[in-house]
Amino acid sequence: MDSAIFFNQLFAGLSTASILLMIAAGLAIIYGSMGVINLAHGEFVMLGAYATWALQTFFGLGMLISLPLVFVAIGAVGWLIEKGIVSRLYNRPLDTILATWGVGIVLQQAITLGIGSQSRFVQRPEIFDGNLFFGDLVISNYRLFILGVSLGMLLVTYLLLTRTEFGTKLRAVIQNREISECYGIRAERVYGLTFAYGAALAGIAGALVTPLISTTPTMGTTLVVDAFLVVIVGGVGSLVGTALASGLIGEASAMLSMIFNDTTGRILLLVAIILLIRFRPTGLIPQTVRG
Amino acid sequence: MSIENFGKRDDVAVMEAFVLKRRTFLKNASVLGAVTTTGLFAPSILRTVKPAMAQGADLPVGLLFSLTGSVAVVEKTLHDASMLAIEQINDEGGVAGRKLNPIIEDPASDPATYADRARRLVIRDRCISVFGSYTSASRQAVLPVVEQRDNLYWYPTLYEGRECSRNVMYGGAVPNQQQQEFVPWLAEKHGKRFYLIGNNYVYPREENNVCKILLDRLGGEAVHEEYVPLGHSDFSSVINRIRAEKPDVVFCTLVGDSDVAFQRQFHAAGFDPAETPVASLTRSEIEVQAMGGDAAAGHYSSAPYFMSYQSPENEAFVKAYQDKYGSDAVTHFVSEAAYFQVFQFKKAVEKLGDQELTAPAIRDASVGVSVVAPQGEVVIEENLHTSLWPKIAQWNGDGQAEILVQSDDRVSPVPYWAYEGSTCTAEGLKRA
Repeated sequence: MDSAIFFNQLFAGLSTASILLMIAAGLAIIYGSMGVINLAHGEFVMLGAYATWALQTFFGLGMLISLPLVFVAIGAVGWLIEKGIVSRLYNRPLDTILATWGVGIVLQQAITLGIGSQSRFVQRPEIFDGNLFFGDLVISNYRLFILGVSLGMLLVTYLLLTRTEFGTKLRAVIQNREISECYGIRAERVYGLTFAYGAALAGIAGALVTPLISTTPTMGTTLVVDAFLVVIVGGVGSLVGTALASGLIGEASAMLSMIFNDTTGRILLLVAIILLIRFRPTGLIPQTVRG
Repeated sequence: MSIENFGKRDDVAVMEAFVLKRRTFLKNASVLGAVTTTGLFAPSILRTVKPAMAQGADLPVGLLFSLTGSVAVVEKTLHDASMLAIEQINDEGGVAGRKLNPIIEDPASDPATYADRARRLVIRDRCISVFGSYTSASRQAVLPVVEQRDNLYWYPTLYEGRECSRNVMYGGAVPNQQQQEFVPWLAEKHGKRFYLIGNNYVYPREENNVCKILLDRLGGEAVHEEYVPLGHSDFSSVINRIRAEKPDVVFCTLVGDSDVAFQRQFHAAGFDPAETPVASLTRSEIEVQAMGGDAAAGHYSSAPYFMSYQSPENEAFVKAYQDKYGSDAVTHFVSEAAYFQVFQFKKAVEKLGDQELTAPAIRDASVGVSVVAPQGEVVIEENLHTSLWPKIAQWNGDGQAEILVQSDDRVSPVPYWAYEGSTCTAEGLKRA
């Protein structure tokens, strides 16, 4: 009996971690490569959820078919925002925070005004209905699917950064923008695509997470707070650190919720994070690139 | 109110209005002039510059529902329902021959703004009543304003009770009205082991206090009681705990997005509603629409009103509402109260006849007023709460509720039900 609760909670923690990872990955990439703290990230998540809702409601497309479309659409929104606003503020990091925050408000209110503030219903793919049973251990198929997608996303992102020409260019720009430009790398294009990729990941996260929660204009705000915690704990800009921190935070909150309850668990988790950044301000795996 | 007093209060009121709205500077400045030069000597002139109170003029009433921000999801529907009632009343000639003039403020889901806008409605716009708000936090923010100005706040929402203001007209259910039939019914049908889950604030805790007292009387128990933060959306731990505890009933006071997220995850986890039903006090057609009919199907809610209730008044209400706001718009137990409270206001004003129209006079006249609402005939009691018709319903897959039990009689509101010795009376709170 008790071991059943333990293993169920272990999976719950893993599931929470996978959602955190999906949302935090885009945030970590954008911060790590561009030094931009993107406060509009939660709104990209929200836009992903609404794009899925719109495709489902108006075109009758299921979620799985919608995913590539959502990826492209939210990526395009990200690219436009980078070109229009963020690219003009690269030497002014504090202003970027303010500008992306403003963009977030604009996106949120545009959805509220255009679609309305009531919560929308997004159907999850029917093939992932149901649960797997291993004795007392119950695993939701859909949560398993999310776990798979987020691990896949992590792998793809890792390969993109290390095995492709784009990744090489991006890493060069991260190390030294001016010298990279001397070698013919167009830094502004690299930045634009990176921002778009980060936004697109957030869009996918929104699409996948929304059947578990509710689709409202403000949904991104709560989700992104946890994503920021992950990025801070993981070490800003480190993809491995982000994955590790997602796992740690997901499992810690599940275990603390099991021992105490969700509210106390949350408090203890935040206390633990504060202690961690007191003694390890750069996070678990800090970026070790020469500036 | 003495004449001297009248003049003084007006002076202050006009000054505050003056500060509040600069655009009407000229208009107000002339009023201010009138007050300062003639106010103290000839208060009767003041009456002529008070458009609100002039005979035959429109009656200004305030509408204080958030149209933006997090609570707007619900409050927009309350706003819509109130506007519908006002429109219907005006189309039929108004209140005692006077049109209602709704003055709309948007407090943007922020309690401090509620207080500020309520002050504006009461002082600047001279509303004789304000209709507004959904959350207890916003009601409590408005309370000092309406009490200080002796105005009247019509609050349509179910709430936790334990309040007894003489300046609030409570149109929604208090715990005893929702639970005194619901809990015994659940215990008999499904069993006496309840799992209590709610958001972490005053409303769920007060409701659960009442639930535990009722369970205690029935010989049942609350096997687990827990509260999650507002807006919490990951319920895997809670669901694992429910799986382990195997309760007969999950008694749910989660609100809004938390309720939607919980029910979707609970449904996805494969629970059978016939074995482990979720019994909610807060779930209406709005939440069910957002969570999808499938997720809610087979689970229970208790409320005085459901959209599917069969009565001529409800059919007319739903039809008018959908004609105005679209065929996919839903009505629910709070919007129904927001709707009938405007009619209660109308009756109370008409009862006053030729007497001077003031908020306290409307309040005193409203006691005993009975209105045939969509849920049935409701009556305002001495404690300014409303006697209602609680119903127990089970949700269908199509997002509508099937009403299983309808109370035999109106249930009187007892806002201090769980607090022996305290009674809310016509003179305010009495402690034994």
